Amino acid sequence: MRTIRIGAGSGFSGDRIEPAVELAEHGGLQYLVFECLAERTIALAQLARRRDPEGGYDPLLAARMRAVLPACRRQGIRIVTNMGAANPLAAARRVAQVARDLGLAGLRVAAVTGDDVTDRLRGTETMLDEGGTVAALGNRLVSANAYIGAAPIAEALAAGAEVVVTGRVADPALFLGPLMREFGWAEDDWTRLGRGTLVGHLLECAGQVTGGYFADPGFKDVPDLARLGFPLAEVDEAGEAIITKVPGSGGRVTPATCTEQLLYEVHDPARYLQPDVAADFSGVRMEPLGEDAVRVSGAGGAPRTGMLKVSVGCHEGWFGEGQISYAGPGAVVRGRLALEVVRERLRLIGHEAEEMRFELVGLDSILGPAEGAAEPREVRLRVAGRCASPEEAERIGHEVDSLYLNGPASGGGVAKSVREVIGIRSCLIPEAEARPQINWVEA
Amino acid sequence: MLLRDIAHSRAGDKGDISCISVIAYDPADYPRLEREMTAERVRAHFAGIAKGEVRRYELPALGALNFVLEGALGGGVTRSLALDAHGKCLASKMLEIDLR
Repeated sequence: MRTIRIGAGSGFSGDRIEPAVELAEHGGLQYLVFECLAERTIALAQLARRRDPEGGYDPLLAARMRAVLPACRRQGIRIVTNMGAANPLAAARRVAQVARDLGLAGLRVAAVTGDDVTDRLRGTETMLDEGGTVAALGNRLVSANAYIGAAPIAEALAAGAEVVVTGRVADPALFLGPLMREFGWAEDDWTRLGRGTLVGHLLECAGQVTGGYFADPGFKDVPDLARLGFPLAEVDEAGEAIITKVPGSGGRVTPATCTEQLLYEVHDPARYLQPDVAADFSGVRMEPLGEDAVRVSGAGGAPRTGMLKVSVGCHEGWFGEGQISYAGPGAVVRGRLALEVVRERLRLIGHEAEEMRFELVGLDSILGPAEGAAEPREVRLRVAGRCASPEEAERIGHEVDSLYLNGPASGGGVAKSVREVIGIRSCLIPEAEARPQINWVEA
Repeated sequence: MLLRDIAHSRAGDKGDISCISVIAYDPADYPRLEREMTAERVRAHFAGIAKGEVRRYELPALGALNFVLEGALGGGVTRSLALDAHGKCLASKMLEIDLR
């Protein structure tokens, strides 16, 4: 039976590049997919595009393409990526430029657009999942991008694209598109679309299925994390797949690593809602096949909902933070005294915040209230708040800074920061409201 | 005995919701997980962190449970003031549960 080998060259914008090169050179692939677009990344990219009309795509796009394009061209491996972020067209032009610089003339690059529904939704009464309407966001609205599906990717590949650059696309669809194209799966073949979605979901976070984000020494040991190999799937016409990695690379692929990734960011495993299908992972089975290979089978699917999730970016004010450390005997009591001092100072100066947080890192910043916990040797005071203006946010760090000369004994290592908060909300729109288009650029 | 002795876990985020898997190392331990790791017990364990409902999904073929905790991420990853805004460390907190 014919199979397709498809690899994951990144699982987030800042991911390592060498494992993608390893996959391109030694993975025996037909497709290499780069997933680089987190929820908030696209809103930040929209702001970048407003500052620079040729900007707003992934900052590592050119570096990644330089690293893998020669091997991909040589072997006929096609690339699919959402590194287009807020500007797939400019990203496609950049890819073509890199190809020309490398002497790879004639490279055909497709940019998929149409996910950006900001202008369509601005001022409408579309309800946000978090409550309120898009209109009520007023000029706080930054961006609205719909998670579009695999069809335009499959179409671009069928029309001869060697690189497909998208903006907001459902992550698994980056993988499902090539599978639909290669096997000719119909857009209502729910079982196969569900299986292809499973493949995409297992691969979309790259190293998270090959032993990354997994090691717990003595419980779950993973060899050679510094040389972690990224995953590839060998998929057959029925959508069943073997998850594996390049032999000799670091990490491991086992039913345990695959099961952690299978459930990652999934709510109801029987209804994993995607633009292309409502995938059903509830009956999935994992079978180890020798070293670092796992057969996954048994996924299914049901008709898609016809609605697309939209990621809505909005201005949410300013984040201000200050930190200082206390150590040795009495670290916790001095840290607690310092928290009281900052709290009282902020009250005295009339500081205004929408929300504040006071905590001791090492004691109660992550796991919640620390009653009965053993006292750590060192703690780090952290005060953070969300404010209406940068000036107000800055006052938090200033009050922590002033603990040096005015607070408890032996505090050290102040750090403070201020940044703008771009929040993400979500809503649903009928799929007909996003109109994907394919645009061509040639190197 | 801690949950960590018989199961592993990974946490993911969507908005203000944390999803935390609990996976038996040995499928033979799955019935015990299903019996002891109730949604109510997880809700109590995360009191002070998760403010909303806790739902549990069962995957016996994989020896796994999937918990969905609403209101667990400080109002949502992108606006949360938490140091670990994504709640990634909550998987380790899950494994602290004492099964006795």
